[in-house]
Amino acid sequence: MIALSDYLTVSAILFGISMAGIFINRKNMIILLMSIELMLLAVNINFVAFSHYLGDSAGQVFVFFILTVAAAEAAIGLAILVVLFRNRRTINVQDMDSLKG
Amino acid sequence: MAFEQIIFYFFSAMVLLAGVMVITARNPVYAALFLVMAFFSSSALWLLLEAEFLAITLVLVYVGAVMVLFLFVVMMLDINLVALREGFMRYLPVGALVAISVIAMMTMVVGPEFADFPIPERKGPEYNNTAELGRILYTEYVYPFELAAVILVVAIVAAIALTLRRRPMVRKQNPDQQVSVRKEERVRIVKMDVEKR
Repeated sequence: MIALSDYLTVSAILFGISMAGIFINRKNMIILLMSIELMLLAVNINFVAFSHYLGDSAGQVFVFFILTVAAAEAAIGLAILVVLFRNRRTINVQDMDSLKG
Repeated sequence: MAFEQIIFYFFSAMVLLAGVMVITARNPVYAALFLVMAFFSSSALWLLLEAEFLAITLVLVYVGAVMVLFLFVVMMLDINLVALREGFMRYLPVGALVAISVIAMMTMVVGPEFADFPIPERKGPEYNNTAELGRILYTEYVYPFELAAVILVVAIVAAIALTLRRRPMVRKQNPDQQVSVRKEERVRIVKMDVEKR
C-alpha cells in the first residue's frame, strides 16, 4: 500500500524542483510565476494527503481556498506583466531597475 | 506490486518529469503545456486520495482557466527568448544545489516519521466527497468562503483596472451625439446672387 510518506516525498521533490526553477530562470518572469504555481501545487498535495490519512476534510477546504487565492494571484500577476510589457517592452527581471540609485 | 501502487508511481513520475520540464523548457509555451501536464497528473494523485471534487476542480479551474490565461499572455507578448535564457547555465549549479539540499532535508523530515502512518480504509460507494466538502464549507467555513468570493471580485476589478487602456487618438463613433444632432447645427443656408455671364 502507499504510505503517507510517499505522497509527502513527491510533494517535497516537486517543491525542490520549483525552487530550483526560481533560481535558474531568474530573468523570465513568466517562468517565475509558473514556478510559484508549482510550489502551490506541491503544498496542495501535502494538504490533500494529510486530509485523507487523518480522515479530516478540513485539509480539502484549505486546498479549495489556496486554489482560489492562487487563481486571483495568477490573474493579477499576469495583468501586471501585460502592463509592464506594454510600458517597457520587456519582461526581463534584470531590466526593472528604474528605482536603482 | 499492487495496481494502486503502479498508478501512484506512474503519476508521481509524470508530475516530477513535468515539473523538471517546466523549469528547463526553452520556450515558455512548452513550459505552460508541461505545467498543464503536471496539473493533470496531480489531479490523478488526488483521485487516488479520494479527493474527487478537488481533482475535478483542479482540472476545470487550473487547466481550464488559469493555464489558458498563461498561454494567452505568453502567446500575446512578443518576447525575446534569447535574452531571457542567458545566465541559465550559470545559475544551474546553484539552483541544483539548493534544490537537492531542500529535497534532502524535507525527505529526511517527512520520510521516516510518516512511513508507518496508519493507512485509512477505502470509503464505500455511498461516500460523496462533494456533499461532504459542501457540508463543512457552508457550515463551519462559511465566513472564509465568502471572503474567498470577495478576493475573487477584487482580483477581477484589479486585473481589469490594470489592463484597461484609454487611447485618446482613436477615431470612433458616438451614437449618442449622432442621434441627438439637430438640423441647425449641420445645415447652413446661404443666400447669394446668381452670377451674370
